[in-house]
Amino acid sequence: MNTTALKDWPLWEVFIRSKQGLEHKHCGSLHAADAAQALRMARDVYTRRQEGVSIWVVPSANITASNPDNKGELFDPSADKIYRHPTFYDIPDEVGHM
Amino acid sequence: MNAPVDYLLHLADNAVVLGQRNAEWCGHGPILEEDLALANVSLDLIGQARLLYQLAAKRLGGDATEDTLAYFRDDTSFRNYTLLELPNYGPLVGYAASDRDYATTIVRNFLYHALMSLVWQELGESPDTELAAIAQKSIKESRYHLEHTGDWVIRFGDGTDESHDRAQKALDYLFPYTAEFWVASDVEAQALASGAGVDVSNLHQAWNEIVEDTLAQATLKKPVVKGYVSQGKQGVHSEHLSYLLTEMQSLARAHPNATW
Repeated sequence: MNTTALKDWPLWEVFIRSKQGLEHKHCGSLHAADAAQALRMARDVYTRRQEGVSIWVVPSANITASNPDNKGELFDPSADKIYRHPTFYDIPDEVGHM
Repeated sequence: MNAPVDYLLHLADNAVVLGQRNAEWCGHGPILEEDLALANVSLDLIGQARLLYQLAAKRLGGDATEDTLAYFRDDTSFRNYTLLELPNYGPLVGYAASDRDYATTIVRNFLYHALMSLVWQELGESPDTELAAIAQKSIKESRYHLEHTGDWVIRFGDGTDESHDRAQKALDYLFPYTAEFWVASDVEAQALASGAGVDVSNLHQAWNEIVEDTLAQATLKKPVVKGYVSQGKQGVHSEHLSYLLTEMQSLARAHPNATW
């Protein structure tokens, strides 16, 4: 077995699908030597209170994140485009809550 | 037909003693995630013990409760395997400072959970329906404990030179105590005669297969067992159990009937 020294264990992001929810939601991170161990540890750390029925783990290094410094140009332009929200349509009463 | 109460106590004592030993790691685990994982194992074991003590107390009647059975019986009344009461480290020379050894803890748990994954499976079919219900709940827990500790046995054995060495030492130290699993005690014989128990000698081969498969992956050598058979399940214990019980029972005995 190719053993990684404890101090070099990579970081993993943990995603849990709850009983009610449809999609996996990010719930935290942990250190583990490999994917199988990360999965097991995620079970022990993040599902102790029946939080989930399915777990994903992803190496944190494999996540490409947007740069917080670019927040302005990325997200501010959508602030004044309220017409993108579907709130200007008349919905028949029979449809109920959407 | 119901299993004898003493048989329930044997199963319960196993769970509570190992639960207590594992709990010594709480807050001291080698890494945060594993600290939580082992505490989870302890809580599963203590949960199993509670159900079994409650059932035993119900059948004993009188003033017996789960607490009187766990906290007010002395070491010679406990019917757990000797393997489970041994400290979390191997033998040391007299002047050595002892410390917890995770390999010892993991190997001990692995050997026990390999057994219990088979015992609970059989007891799940027991005509003693209340015991069967406890077994059906416990089997899932034991299977996970076996997977978790088996994974660590492989990582230790097939890891660094030091982790391999410590895992092999732990195995050499603990493995002889598993001989006790296969020699039926009077209580186990009574349980078997009642129809509600398990024939432990029938499980030996399946247990060997689980253990040998994991040890092969771990590149660890299975020790040879010769002669000595410990007798914890018959109430003849090592010196370590009374220390463990003294600590576990001290609060309940200092403040009987306290609630919190």
